[in-house]
Amino acid sequence: MSSAQLSIAIVETDRERALLIQQSLRDAGEYEIHVVSEITGLARRIQQLSPDVVLIDLESPSRDTLEELALASGPLERPVAMFVDRSGDGLTDAAIEAGVSAYVVDGLKPQRVKPVLDAAIARFRMFQRMRTELAETKRALEERKVIDRAKGMLMKARGVGEDEAYALLRKAAMDQGKRVADVAQALVTAAGLLG
Amino acid sequence: MKTTTLAVGFIPLTDAAPLILAQEMGYAAEEGIALDLKRAPSWSSLRDMLSFGRVDAAHMLSPVPVAAALGLGGAGAALSAVSVLSVNGNVIGVSNALAEKLRAQGHDFGFDDARAAGEALIAATDTTLRIGVPFPFSMHAELLYYWLSALGLSVPEALQVRTVPPPLMADAMEAGEIDAFCVGEPWGSMAVENGVGALLLPGTAIWSFAPEKVLAVRSDWAETEQSLLGRLIRATWRAGRWLSEPDSRSLTAEILSRPEYLGVPAEVLDRALAGRMVISAQGEERQVPGMLEFHAGAATFPWRSQAEWIGRQLAARAGIDPDAAGRAARATFRSDLHRAALAGTSADLPGASSKLEGSLTARLPVASESGKLYLGPDRFFDGRIFEPRET
Repeated sequence: MSSAQLSIAIVETDRERALLIQQSLRDAGEYEIHVVSEITGLARRIQQLSPDVVLIDLESPSRDTLEELALASGPLERPVAMFVDRSGDGLTDAAIEAGVSAYVVDGLKPQRVKPVLDAAIARFRMFQRMRTELAETKRALEERKVIDRAKGMLMKARGVGEDEAYALLRKAAMDQGKRVADVAQALVTAAGLLG
Repeated sequence: MKTTTLAVGFIPLTDAAPLILAQEMGYAAEEGIALDLKRAPSWSSLRDMLSFGRVDAAHMLSPVPVAAALGLGGAGAALSAVSVLSVNGNVIGVSNALAEKLRAQGHDFGFDDARAAGEALIAATDTTLRIGVPFPFSMHAELLYYWLSALGLSVPEALQVRTVPPPLMADAMEAGEIDAFCVGEPWGSMAVENGVGALLLPGTAIWSFAPEKVLAVRSDWAETEQSLLGRLIRATWRAGRWLSEPDSRSLTAEILSRPEYLGVPAEVLDRALAGRMVISAQGEERQVPGMLEFHAGAATFPWRSQAEWIGRQLAARAGIDPDAAGRAARATFRSDLHRAALAGTSADLPGASSKLEGSLTARLPVASESGKLYLGPDRFFDGRIFEPRET
């Protein structure tokens, strides 16, 4: 079976992410896996490897380079295609949503690539969720800091306690139809300007 | 009117301005739509996002819908070009080493004579000239093939055209992967700004009225969402008209320079908008009339003859039947939908939907509803005239 082993090139500049995708593919089956992490010279590298499947992040600018490569040997005999077709089992949508796209560099049976994509999609999605969570947490922390500063300023200026200061902020936010964090930010900014 | 949000994809380029300004200046809101602008990292991903319905419309290279109709690249839906978003706007640049060689040979970097520049470039090339373009199906590639093959350079022996995404063009040149490039602004100017190359020629010196980006939608979406499509066409048309006012320039550069759009200094963006290009790190300036058009000369009108020209050029290289390709190409530029959307507005559209390409050497009045429409010069540098086979 080793001669029929599917070879897969993963184009991913983020090393951690590449390793995880690689790991998930190993769990899915026996594949020959190459990771390409350099964007410059991508076309040359892929040409050398001549993989059966190229997995590339949809968000990667170097996708265009791959498209050229796939077209290079006769655009009509070898169309560049996302290997899943539109009538498929929702894999196309899933791949697009997750940001994965696969280009068939040679004629290849879709059923052989399906487990590969399934695994890759799962990993891409997991990363997406982690990124979103991280960004949200950061934002919440920033807002917390601003609200605390605004509260402190109000406590000092009005001679009130913490709860009352927060109540003032919340009331102003409700009256203006804004978020508490935005009102706090406005207060902090204004205070900065007034010195 | 209830506001409908449309997801619209764009690539960070100066000529995405009609979509960005349609949203920012309220032209979309006036039509009861909001544009949710999504920046895409590459042309192939943007095309696939459109094909598979992740966006409703996209800023697209004019040859992409044509290529899709010819079965070249992509596996998705049929695409239609419903407006031309911009005309011209590309520059050709060379590496510092090549620029030095050209100057040593006595080329003056006059920036207006495609024949002189092309002959100098060919004379300076010993083996194979490697030129970067943003995408295999692009006006950049078409202009280069047209220009250099008309001057006798043989493809592919002496000319290698390579795909490099626009924001990476300067890097590729610095890494020695390419000797020259043809790219949309501001990425040519950024290469000058970063000191990796010099500009040799604007695209307009090769074809003075080349349809550059189009507003592309899925063909079936165009049929089922005619009201939304009409609103989108009108909003971008009005944005284009506003963009063509000299007073709009500095605000445009400021808005485009925001990190969520292009993230490039406003001063660099202003060059293409003003038609005043800085061509070398030494600060030499060149005036380029018609550097980037959004409105003048019925710029937004998707001429069927432009599509046919593109289709026949692609067919010649791909080895497919040119007549069939010409017909398929014409059908992708929807002058009918463009006309229908702008009927009843102040837009003055030409009476015909096809014209001789390359025949106008000066501004010329043409038959239109008001009779006051002028078309600008549309010459090819070698004076050839392209006559569409079908009318």
